[in-house]
Amino acid sequence: MSSSPEHVIDVTGVTKTFSGRKVVDAIDLQVTRGEIYGFLGPNGSGKTTFIRMLCGLLTPDAGSGTCLGHDVRTGQRAIKREVGYMTQKFSYYEDLTIRENLDFVARIYDVPDRAATVEKSLERLGLQHRRHQLAGQLSGGWKQRLALAACLIHQPRLLLLDEPTAGVDPKARRDFWEELHRLAAEGLTVLITTHYMDEAERCHRLAYIAYGRLLARGTVSEVVATARLTTWSVTGPEIRGIAERLRDRAGVDQVVPFGTSLHVSGHDAAQLELAIAAVREPRHEWVRINSGLEDVFISLMDQAKDNFS
Amino acid sequence: MHHFTFHRFWAVVLKEFVQMKRDRTTFAMMIGIPLVQLMVFGFAINSDPRHLPTALRSADQGPFARSFIEALRRSDYFTLVREADTEAEAAQMLQLGEVQFVINIPEDFTRRLLRGERPSVLIEADATDPAATGPALAAARALADAALDHDLTGPLAALRSRGGAVDFRIHALYNPENITQYNVVPGLMGVVLTMTMIIITALAITRERERGTMENLLATPIRPFEVMAGKILPYITVGYIQVTLILVAARWIFHVPMVGSLPLLYLVSLAFIAANLAMGITFSTLAKNQLQAIQMAFFFFLPSILLSGFMFPFRGMPDWAQVIGSVLPLTHFLRIVRGVLLKGNGLAEIWPELWPIALFLAVAMAVAVKRYRQTLD
Repeated sequence: MSSSPEHVIDVTGVTKTFSGRKVVDAIDLQVTRGEIYGFLGPNGSGKTTFIRMLCGLLTPDAGSGTCLGHDVRTGQRAIKREVGYMTQKFSYYEDLTIRENLDFVARIYDVPDRAATVEKSLERLGLQHRRHQLAGQLSGGWKQRLALAACLIHQPRLLLLDEPTAGVDPKARRDFWEELHRLAAEGLTVLITTHYMDEAERCHRLAYIAYGRLLARGTVSEVVATARLTTWSVTGPEIRGIAERLRDRAGVDQVVPFGTSLHVSGHDAAQLELAIAAVREPRHEWVRINSGLEDVFISLMDQAKDNFS
Repeated sequence: MHHFTFHRFWAVVLKEFVQMKRDRTTFAMMIGIPLVQLMVFGFAINSDPRHLPTALRSADQGPFARSFIEALRRSDYFTLVREADTEAEAAQMLQLGEVQFVINIPEDFTRRLLRGERPSVLIEADATDPAATGPALAAARALADAALDHDLTGPLAALRSRGGAVDFRIHALYNPENITQYNVVPGLMGVVLTMTMIIITALAITRERERGTMENLLATPIRPFEVMAGKILPYITVGYIQVTLILVAARWIFHVPMVGSLPLLYLVSLAFIAANLAMGITFSTLAKNQLQAIQMAFFFFLPSILLSGFMFPFRGMPDWAQVIGSVLPLTHFLRIVRGVLLKGNGLAEIWPELWPIALFLAVAMAVAVKRYRQTLD
């Protein structure tokens, strides 16, 4: 794959092994400028390790490529200057105030016109009136805002966000995503990991990773389409019994409860229909629906479990 | 360090100052420890040193003088290391701490003994450490009596019964009254600095790692030396506060004489404070967590306090212990503090003690910078 100047991230075969276990296994990834790229996958799938290799915190054992035009193996120092990295766990100083934290980061990056930049940053994220509050006393949502402000202060060209919205309330999450889209529109590239489906659907493109391997990628509709998954939804009384009866039938790959309904999916539409016909009762309402991202991801995860674990 | 940039270094310095200000407990500890130690170590610590380096200035070649010198040579207490020809030479040896004693045998030693008089022998002692010099008089008297016993026969036998054939005069230099506090209180300055400076920086990096802030720091372009130096500088200030506290107590509570130059002492303290901070930082990069860092700090602190000459006279220790002691910065700093305060040493006299500290600082810093990993690999 050739590296185009529009590719902010362009890596091939990136691999990282920790004590004999391939945590990241030959991942290829291209991310275009101004794109919000979602990274999904179960816990321990290698997302964090992969991000750390992109921002110069870890050196890949194998593979090559560039991040912001700098080699991921040798250009780590240059990468660090132009990347904003938000760690999964809040990693600013809890015994410093919001303003002191921002000022610290601004000094580290030698941001020009520091005082004004810090002030603007406080303003932009609505943190002005909390500037003298200790970071340790902030709620999850405010901590996340502070972390975002801090990793934006040196005007990075690429933002790497590792589960930034974990433990943040829906309103704060929505604000956060609005901010991300605003930044992307200005040309900032964002790579974000998340477990939330609604967030995945807000990404321009996404990749699904499990057991260190990249299993699917593309836009939401591309990912769904390539999965070739047929899904039926059933509602009605005692649907839990249906789940038990369907689970082991040929053609049924997964049965997942969604609130009061049950999603039954399979890769072979005809076989799935046969299996459903066998358990169908008049008191239940069966509807064929479009497979959602979540259906697809659960199916990917199950397949990955069968193949690699 | 051509990659060193001031703004990143300064960012760390300011951050550490703010964190220090917020962490009241630690700050109180840093001020409290010197005070508590001052009280605790106000008591004397005694011991029985041996093989104290001694210079001999003998003006007598007579048989009695020779017997006495021979006895000195064979004694466990004194070790004759040098002969001094002039008084000035002898004085300089004491000043530099090369010898603990100068024993002056007068020209008329043998003659006066033969005449049945008690000749006097002057022992000049470096009394900065009274524990080391205290028993000198008794030891010398016993030696003389034993050595001369054999020769004092006939009419001279009468001398034996008069409480010693030789009249020993001790001239205790630098601390004439053998006041233990004169030794302990200046020494405490080094002990307190070793204890607090090492612990505080031993925690510096492990704390960042445990709180998760290290990952963030590593993701920035900051360089190892900038982190280290930035974490050291604020605590140098704290070290100076401690130095001042102890000097104030030494002057006005323990009335320790201060003969030498205080600005010089402040200046050379910098090397010692920095050496301890660098050692702490090194532990910090080696330890996996804060508990380990504290343990390492104590592992270093114990030999420092035991083998430096603070607890026991340095010269009373076996050779292997002296070798270990010579590596420790505290050993040299104790000599500097006592030298400057009690003897009025200048830079030239303390230089032999200053460079080992500087060397220690350089090595500790190099290890720390090398050990500090810039990635999470």
